[in-house]
Amino acid sequence: MTATEIFKYAIDLIAVLLLGLGIKGLSKVRSAREANRLAAVAMGLAVIGVLVDSIGSNGISTSAWIWIILGTIIGGFLGMITAQRVPMTAMPETVALFNGCGGMSSLLVAIGVALFQVGDGQVDLSSAWVEKISIVISVFVGAITFSGSIVAMAKLQGWLSTPSWMQSKFRHFINILLAILSLIAAINLIQGSNNGLTLLTASSMLLGIGVTLPIGGADMPVVISLLNSYSGVAAAAAGFVVQSQLLIVAGAMVGAAGLILTQVMCNGMNRSLISVLFGGALGSNSTSKNNAGEYTNITSCSVEECALTLEAAERVVIVPGYGLAVAQAQHTLREVTRALETSGVEVNYAIHPVAGRMPGHMNVLLAEADVPYEQLKEMDIINPDFPATDVVLVLGANDVVNPQAKSDPNSPLYGMPVLDVQEARTVFVVKRGMSAGYSGIKNDLFELPNTSMVFGDAKKVLGDLLVELKELGVGSKG
Amino acid sequence: MSFSTEALWILLLGSLLGLELIGKVPPTLHTPLMSGANAISGITMLAALTLIIKAGDNIPLLLMGSVSLSFALFNVIGGFLVTDRMLAMFSRKAPKAKGKR
Repeated sequence: MTATEIFKYAIDLIAVLLLGLGIKGLSKVRSAREANRLAAVAMGLAVIGVLVDSIGSNGISTSAWIWIILGTIIGGFLGMITAQRVPMTAMPETVALFNGCGGMSSLLVAIGVALFQVGDGQVDLSSAWVEKISIVISVFVGAITFSGSIVAMAKLQGWLSTPSWMQSKFRHFINILLAILSLIAAINLIQGSNNGLTLLTASSMLLGIGVTLPIGGADMPVVISLLNSYSGVAAAAAGFVVQSQLLIVAGAMVGAAGLILTQVMCNGMNRSLISVLFGGALGSNSTSKNNAGEYTNITSCSVEECALTLEAAERVVIVPGYGLAVAQAQHTLREVTRALETSGVEVNYAIHPVAGRMPGHMNVLLAEADVPYEQLKEMDIINPDFPATDVVLVLGANDVVNPQAKSDPNSPLYGMPVLDVQEARTVFVVKRGMSAGYSGIKNDLFELPNTSMVFGDAKKVLGDLLVELKELGVGSKG
Repeated sequence: MSFSTEALWILLLGSLLGLELIGKVPPTLHTPLMSGANAISGITMLAALTLIIKAGDNIPLLLMGSVSLSFALFNVIGGFLVTDRMLAMFSRKAPKAKGKR
């Protein structure tokens, strides 16, 4: 072993160690930020390892340097700009976009190697097989990750909606057809045909679109998490293609960890992975139609009444949901709660595990709006407190506060963990209209005698509420 | 042992490690963890680098490698920065909260 080879091995080992510690640390609040930096350092080390190794063995030509620097500047610059500019509310689609690009990168590497058969010419027969299969996997998974992530991003941004024919069972037929096509193309590719490569790329891309397009907006985080796991698999496959052990380890770790995270998310939403991927939106099947009855007993009230009740309250719990995130009303909400707090009202936030547009997203948004961390209460902590709560303000949440999930065994929601807001003395539900939640199921909460609906966009209602509260003298000290 | 047999062992052990690394994740961290893991999956930039280095003077291949590298780096740099931005919001509050109590 030459000195550079030893150096390369040492660097790779350190990088793997740091990446492992990074992933582990990211799952704990206390260490998360350092862990993220640790992982970034590990990636930097890995790059240095590859460069040093190449310089030591055959050297890096000037033209290679130029292309490396060019790619680095373009990708790095765009990444920096994007990371700084995106609003926190757009986080799900941002992750989807990044993820898609990772998939694209693996795809391009595999295509490049397949087209031009790069290698050091040292491959024996058995590894030639492994190499071909890993090219197939890299192309297949990379293409699905790319097109799937881009569709997910477009759907989350609202650029794309599901065409109606995609909701029918017909889509399964098309997807199976595409899968068979991919398999045929894969066999072709292994036999050494470049047509196979083109066909495989095209059919996997279409398959990514076909699988992702019918999936509803609220299930999208699960899909993104799954695609994230795929991009790890694609990276590991690319590792086989270019014979990099580090790439294989890192890809495998991310792939497996992504799978676990996907499972954790599914549990939080009371959905199985299978039903997310193949079931389509819950609202479209017949069982829930029976439940989607008309509302008969709705009490609506004005912002003014709401303000009066809040002023008189001692303990208030805020239940923020998807609607709040979409309306980007977290800062206005913070002003309202700040006014209440200065007047001595105790304010807490009940965070359902899947509140916001992605699990954990609501915590990020409220942290952005300066809400103290200890006021964010997880569901299990806050649920026993609801009977002693004067006012609950539900902002753009629906299914996560549906009492049916506990009371009606026939409800599709039955068994999903929910916030017991109906136990509180008064509940205000801020909502744009009477439309059903994501599940398409009627919410019994809205008809309860202690519930009042305040209709309007979350941001506008909160703005008006702030004005009313100020008029009542809430928030002015003394 | 050839590279590929060795590599299959590495794949297996790496996957097992990944399954064990994340046990219980608090819901707060789902989004940052997903975004951080996503940045790490951009490690495929190593493959892009290797492709460029081994491409010799094959211009289409160099171009492909370079595009692939920029896609991966977009993933990596953007991913780590955006994760840091999210996590900064949590940690900024922590010392303040302690001070109050």
